[in-house]
Amino acid sequence: MALKMVKGSIDRMFDKNLQDLVRGIRNHKEDEAKYISTCIDEIKQELKQDNIAVKANAVCKLTYLQMLGYDVSWAAFNIVEVMSSSKFTYKRIGYLAASQCFHEGTDVIMLTTNQIRKDLSSPNQYDTGVALTGLSCFVTPDLARDLANDIMTLMSHTKPFIRKKAVLIMYKVFLKYPESLRPAFPRLKEKLEDPDPGVQSAAVNVICELARRNPKNYLSLAPLFFKLMTSSTNNWVLIKIIKLFGALTPLEPRLGKKLIEPLTNLIHSTSAMSLLYECVNTVIAVLISLSSGMPNHSASIQLCVQKLRILIEDSDQNLKYLGLLAMSKILKTHPKSVQSHKDLILQCLDDKDESIRLRALDLLYGMVSKKNLMEIVKKLMLHMDKAEGTTYRDELLTKIIDICSQSNYQYITNFEWYISILVELTRLEGTRHGHLIASQMLDVAIRVKAIRGFAVAQMAMLLDNAHMLTGNTQRNGICEVLYAAAWICGEFSEHLKDPLQTLEAMLRPKVATLPGHIQAVYVQNVAKLFATVLRGQEGVPDRQVAQETSQLLIDRLPLFVQSANLEVQERASCILQLVKYVQKLQQKEVQVAEEVTALFAGELNPVAPKAQKKVPVPEGLDLDAWINEPPSESESEDEKPKAVFAQEEQRPTRPRHPEVDEKELARRREARKQEQANNPFYIKASPSSQKVYAETPGVEHIPVVQIDLSVPLKVPGMPMSDQYVKLEEERRQREKAERKKKKEKKRRKDKCGRGHRAESGGESEEDITPAHTVDIVTEEMPENALPSDEDDKDPSDPHKALDIDLDKPLVDNEKLPVRAHRPPDALKSPVEGGEGEGVAQEPKKKSKKDKKEKEKRKSKERKKSKEEKKKNKHGQERGEEPEAGSAEEPAAMAAAAEATTPPAVTTAEVSDLDFWLSSAPVPSNKKEAAVPVPEVVPDAAPVSEPDEPKDAELEEPKSSKHKKKKQKKEKEDRDKKKKKRHHRHHSDGGRAESVRNGEEEEEEEPLPPMSNYCLLAENPYIKMSYDIQGNLQDGSQVVVSVIFENKSSSSSFLKCMEFNVLDSLNSKLQRPEGASPHEAVTIPFQLPPGVSNEARFVFSVQSIVMPQKLKGTLAFIVKSEDSSTHEKLDFKLHFTCTSYMITTPCYSDAFAKLLESGDLKASSVRLEGVSMPFHHLLARICFHHHFSVVERIDSCASMYSRSIQGHHVCLLVKTVDQTVSIDAKCDEPSLLENVLQEIKQTFAKC
Amino acid sequence: MIKAILIFNNHGKPRLSKFYEHYTEDTEQQIIRETFHLVSKRDDNVCNFLEGGMLIGGSDNKLIYRHYATLYFVFCVDSSESELGILDLIQVFVETLDKCFENVCELDLIFHMDKVHNILSEMVMGGMVLETNMNEIITQVDAQNKMEKSEAGIAGAPARAVSAVKNMNLPEIPRNINIGDISIKVPNLPSFK
Repeated sequence: MALKMVKGSIDRMFDKNLQDLVRGIRNHKEDEAKYISTCIDEIKQELKQDNIAVKANAVCKLTYLQMLGYDVSWAAFNIVEVMSSSKFTYKRIGYLAASQCFHEGTDVIMLTTNQIRKDLSSPNQYDTGVALTGLSCFVTPDLARDLANDIMTLMSHTKPFIRKKAVLIMYKVFLKYPESLRPAFPRLKEKLEDPDPGVQSAAVNVICELARRNPKNYLSLAPLFFKLMTSSTNNWVLIKIIKLFGALTPLEPRLGKKLIEPLTNLIHSTSAMSLLYECVNTVIAVLISLSSGMPNHSASIQLCVQKLRILIEDSDQNLKYLGLLAMSKILKTHPKSVQSHKDLILQCLDDKDESIRLRALDLLYGMVSKKNLMEIVKKLMLHMDKAEGTTYRDELLTKIIDICSQSNYQYITNFEWYISILVELTRLEGTRHGHLIASQMLDVAIRVKAIRGFAVAQMAMLLDNAHMLTGNTQRNGICEVLYAAAWICGEFSEHLKDPLQTLEAMLRPKVATLPGHIQAVYVQNVAKLFATVLRGQEGVPDRQVAQETSQLLIDRLPLFVQSANLEVQERASCILQLVKYVQKLQQKEVQVAEEVTALFAGELNPVAPKAQKKVPVPEGLDLDAWINEPPSESESEDEKPKAVFAQEEQRPTRPRHPEVDEKELARRREARKQEQANNPFYIKASPSSQKVYAETPGVEHIPVVQIDLSVPLKVPGMPMSDQYVKLEEERRQREKAERKKKKEKKRRKDKCGRGHRAESGGESEEDITPAHTVDIVTEEMPENALPSDEDDKDPSDPHKALDIDLDKPLVDNEKLPVRAHRPPDALKSPVEGGEGEGVAQEPKKKSKKDKKEKEKRKSKERKKSKEEKKKNKHGQERGEEPEAGSAEEPAAMAAAAEATTPPAVTTAEVSDLDFWLSSAPVPSNKKEAAVPVPEVVPDAAPVSEPDEPKDAELEEPKSSKHKKKKQKKEKEDRDKKKKKRHHRHHSDGGRAESVRNGEEEEEEEPLPPMSNYCLLAENPYIKMSYDIQGNLQDGSQVVVSVIFENKSSSSSFLKCMEFNVLDSLNSKLQRPEGASPHEAVTIPFQLPPGVSNEARFVFSVQSIVMPQKLKGTLAFIVKSEDSSTHEKLDFKLHFTCTSYMITTPCYSDAFAKLLESGDLKASSVRLEGVSMPFHHLLARICFHHHFSVVERIDSCASMYSRSIQGHHVCLLVKTVDQTVSIDAKCDEPSLLENVLQEIKQTFAKC
Repeated sequence: MIKAILIFNNHGKPRLSKFYEHYTEDTEQQIIRETFHLVSKRDDNVCNFLEGGMLIGGSDNKLIYRHYATLYFVFCVDSSESELGILDLIQVFVETLDKCFENVCELDLIFHMDKVHNILSEMVMGGMVLETNMNEIITQVDAQNKMEKSEAGIAGAPARAVSAVKNMNLPEIPRNINIGDISIKVPNLPSFK
């Protein structure tokens, strides 16, 4: 006994861990299930213990068992327990288990919210990381809503490890809680330019994933992505971005134009196949979106096709596969360029790899023309013979039908050939696609009137040889074609040569072995044939035949009347009665043919598939209302109406149905029997009645004589499609000859006409006339059909909810929910690392629906929200002076000096995008030039200036602490602004109402679009405009961005452009290393006609206090089709003092200190007659002269800027009645003087 | 998005399964079986892509796999992923495993499924690629393992001793027994950069 106890405790110490479990399972190969069930019992015991280590061990083992397919959801609560352990080791085990087996339906998930929140804010980054990883797998809408804010905060965590995870998980949060998208988006966008490549890549990932589903909302990000594309070296990121561009280009063709060049460069330069392939893919997407208008786009296609050919010819099967895949995309728009590689593609059809063969098949689809269709199909038919009994063969079959039937049988010149191909296809054994062939036969026969005679003859033959099709294999899919054959023979029986024979064939006893729906069609069409036969016999004096026919029907139809299939039964009995009546009349020698035929009068036309949907619901009709009282639920559940004409759609699932039903029935029967047996009150039926039940006549009880035919599957008298190929060839030859004759005649007539017309190029598409005049009947539509043709998205698609306009400004009440008990002062004291940054104020998103509502009640709501805000403010900041009611007015008027205000941002962004797109494509090495957004808008919210953190960092490298505080403050300001307009910053409590940095008004008239680019020089060939920007990193450098635009009207290229400047003592153009001081700089691109592009030149400057001008020359070659000339263009580069200024945000306290320091010299200037609104004025100064607004009070503002060499420039701008006075201070008087003069000039111009 | 990551051996035994969408355990097993069925009948010299999209939602999906010695690494992805990129990612994954386990072989994966999960979670998160830089992945994994060790502290020592003893006692662990022991040769493929 004691021994047992000892053993027990040792056992505990030696608890089975995961390795032991695995080992155990491997040692119990023969009774694995039993072993595992004992293990699970042990685990259950372990889970009952209090020791967390034991529990964690148990949960770890459960995770393994889950992988083996065991349901471990019963332990969900224990998993939560382990998750909440304080030790990382156990926590990790818990989260892993949760990520493997929790899902939206797991109810304990709601217990985890607080635990996860705690882990997210844990000081240990790995706790946070593990929680994020786990959450990414099991986030639910509730969790997403509750935790969105916490995760947002983590997006600005100090550790990139956390940042990247937080960024990535936001995608899942968006999916589950779409309202979070808008409030979180600005920060997500910020992360695109995170210094850590991992975070950047995560942000790109998320935005790409979002944009893939709703691309149009992300168009405005294109410049930013473009910049990333040209600057990033991470292939993974590049691939993602390039893929994203592929999704964006269809929406914005101009973007495509801009992309072509950098992508082409990448194609040429990259060594990574993955990148190359994606580039080619996106270039293809671009080319597809640019249907026309791109002069050199055939070159791009050629490049793509060329590269793809290299891929396809590669020995690496993966590349081959992808090459074919991409080729099929080109095919859709540029079939010609793919068709030239037909040889290669046909070769791939023989590849041993099925994936590759399938891809090659896809390509064939687009490569057919009237000319080569027959040839290609012939080849495919050969493949078909080789590929017996595989799914590949089925695929081949569908492809043949696809390529023939595409775009309304466009490429078929000879429908007799097509019908015979279809008939040949019926000889395939064991295909699942009988139904497809059948529908083709029906379609062709119905829509191509001219072919009906031939089709009917073929179908009659098929019916006659039906035994071939049904063959030995009972459940042969191919017998579906008999459905088509019977219907065609019946419907178009007037074309039948010998209707009687067909009729006879359709009434053979073996027909009863066919599936019910086919029998039904047989029966119905037998009646039609009967009518035809009667009509045929009308005039004949001998009534023998007609009467025999009636007799035949009366003899054979009873077989169908006994059918187990209701449809067959019903039709058969109806028709049997009809025929009996007809027979009676015949015996009375009455003419009946007319009346019988009348039963089937009228033509059946194809109906458009959407016809029903397009009939508008009449007014006042409520389709959801019950007509009668709703039946009790027990009824009508298993009943599935089996309409004959609806059969086609259900076909693929058909074979399963009877099985399932049968099993289900058997089970129920069994259950009922059980119940009856246990029920003492139930009087059991006599055995005989049971027997009767079991022996209900069904198809399977009809004795079937198996006919084993060992005849080759060549049906005598059936046409071979091959012979059509030959015939067709001959026909074409003949036609060609005839045409030639005609032409020659013509030519003789007008000899002086244009003789050089292209005739030598062989026969073109149009030359081939179809053998029959094909009149394809169009599908019928209801008379009052709605014209709309909207394709409906799947309403259950979660991404639909994410179709949210992201450019719209955030609205007051758009913020993420925050826990109520979060201390409000979290806002006040800036936290290191931006944690808790502006959380509470983060505006929340509004769903689309709300927007409409909102517009209605806009004014109302505004008042309300103001009140609310007031309350909030009072709650948060005690001791604040009550707001004067009138104070709102100046605020409302307060100018949006910068684009900070959301509406301005929107317009600015939109116009920026337009500007960016309309300007020239930018060479890939010049990255920043592409993005006017961040550079142009000074001191903007992150929405519009993702560069900001970088700027700040560069500006104050020493005091990162300060920087963070600043950012933080700024952020708060922004948030506050959204919440409350003129709201004093808490740190400078006592001041008068003021608008600080970034606190701008919302309802402002949009700013006119502005551009800093001004004309440099122009001649008939080229136009140059330029902009000068200071270089942040180097105080002695400025960057000159020059846009070159090819203006030449004729299609001439500009190439070999060389840019040269006469250096002065003060300013020098930086030339590539090794170049002599007077050498010209070659511009690394050419300009096709109408295209513009941008190049950047770096100048080094010594003194920046004076403006200066540099003379320069652009030399270039104009190459037109037949000539090329050297041209020159002189220009003067004007370096203004403004161009040495850099937009730098400054805070009022720092600003005040600066002014107090006394180091600055003052100067002032007055501008008269400035009529523009004050905020426009400020915006102009900000934009053109690189200032930022420090503070604004009514019509007075202080502004700040810094030169590249660190001079501070402070302005005080006041306006009174069209007069603007600017008082300025700077530590360098001549610089100040010049800047003021330049400002004056700016306003003199307007 | 990556829909699922599966590792199974030449006999279809799952070594790791990570689904980024929820399925019942039965469906998961069925998916693994069918995927194995599809993948295993392919020669080694055919392409690494399969359009078996019906398994996991829709025709948008592809199976991208690599076969190393006794193991298949299969990623099921949708069209937003680059095919070649994912192939490279598999390579990174395997190389990372190789570094973390020192000459990784199937047995490592069999006995340390949890560790494989931990490594994977530093590469792919919630179906999206988190990190492609192998050094970064290894750094993070190591740091976390170190933390685990420090937590175990002295208490962990006896447990480790016990497990060492267990390993010694059992004849099964030696790496030279059955199929499991062939170490996965990591070919030198152009790595992802």
